[in-house]
Amino acid sequence: MYATSYHRASSVDEAVSLRGTAEDGKYLAGGMTLISTMKQRLAAPSDLIDLRHISQLAGISVEGRTVRIGAATRHADVASSQAIRAVCPAICDLASHIGDPHVRQMGTIGGSVANNDPAADYPSAVLGLGATVVTNQRSIPADDYFTGLFETALEEREILTAIVFEAPEKAGYAKFANPASRYAMTGVFVAKTAGGVRVAVTGAGAGGVFRHAGMEQALSAQWSPDALNAVAVDPSNLMTDMHADADYRANLIKVMAKRAVAKAG
Amino acid sequence: MTTVTLTVNGRAVSGECEDRMLLVDFIRVKLGLTGTHVGCDTTQCGSCVIHMDGLSVKSCSILAVQASGSAITTIEGLSAQGEMHPVQAAFKEHHGLQCGFCTPGMVMTAVDMINRRGGSLTEEVVRTELEGNICRCTGYHNIVKAVLSADAEMAAGRQAAE
Repeated sequence: MYATSYHRASSVDEAVSLRGTAEDGKYLAGGMTLISTMKQRLAAPSDLIDLRHISQLAGISVEGRTVRIGAATRHADVASSQAIRAVCPAICDLASHIGDPHVRQMGTIGGSVANNDPAADYPSAVLGLGATVVTNQRSIPADDYFTGLFETALEEREILTAIVFEAPEKAGYAKFANPASRYAMTGVFVAKTAGGVRVAVTGAGAGGVFRHAGMEQALSAQWSPDALNAVAVDPSNLMTDMHADADYRANLIKVMAKRAVAKAG
Repeated sequence: MTTVTLTVNGRAVSGECEDRMLLVDFIRVKLGLTGTHVGCDTTQCGSCVIHMDGLSVKSCSILAVQASGSAITTIEGLSAQGEMHPVQAAFKEHHGLQCGFCTPGMVMTAVDMINRRGGSLTEEVVRTELEGNICRCTGYHNIVKAVLSADAEMAAGRQAAE
């Protein structure tokens, strides 16, 4: 790891100002991606601004069917939240399968959604639920937030503070996990929301997480795994890597989508 | 250089280190507690698992400065007055180790697992919970047996205390 300077922020404003004075600063949440990336010398920020101790970013609240998850909330806390489970068990299930128990006790939802790894689990939930990404400056609809591989609508110093969504009528998540890393080789989040059916796919798209219109239409007409039988998944914009080629992922999308609908009930 | 202050195994410690120093290196090099191992250094093997503020974490993927202010428990802090922790005793009883390299991480993981889900562990749950720990010798069978045995014994102990 190259040398870096660590700063611990105690408020969002302090974090923004620390980032402003840094030459090439990066925000640090749980660090479950960033520290590993720095160890491999794939990232070398001059300064790290630790957001983990900012109380404004902590906490889960469920009011009626509105769920708000603070950015610093760890995966383990989402997985075990009875309040969230009561209205949207699918996101608890998703969180309980991220990485391993130790990673889930450090990694945060804000870090994952800000990083937007194309194989991460959370982006599919955020997009699939039609959630709102709340930052220190504005609220960004999920449909406008994910802009590409590791790319989001976040500006240079903007800080993701919370994920907010209306609990869906039904939702489910299924992933085909890479056997070594547990990242999604393909993961599909399906949700029946007030605004319609949404299907979001992670781990497969060449441009990161995406919605699948054909599946959404089929499930709007009939909410059942069999409704997806006739849907064609085009492999042309899917990833090919050492683990799976685009055709394989196209098939996985369909299989995972069916499993997700079956889980949603 | 930054001063890192920790409570390690109940004892207040502090030391100077570069901001880029990993917590596991701080524990091993600065504090001389070499029971915590570095296996893969890529967050996969779990040899470096310790408890930070009561939760298991991988100390090879956390900077020492990030951990400053927290309470750390390492494998050295598990046994009291020379008595093995029930999980350590179960690993010995069930031969839950061969070369022993992964064992500190396995034991710390098992203790965390029992802290969180104690009394309700099944073979399937234990195997799933061990997802972040790799053992290249045992094939896991005896590790799983040891964790289940320790869980049962600790649950019985809790019941007796009630």
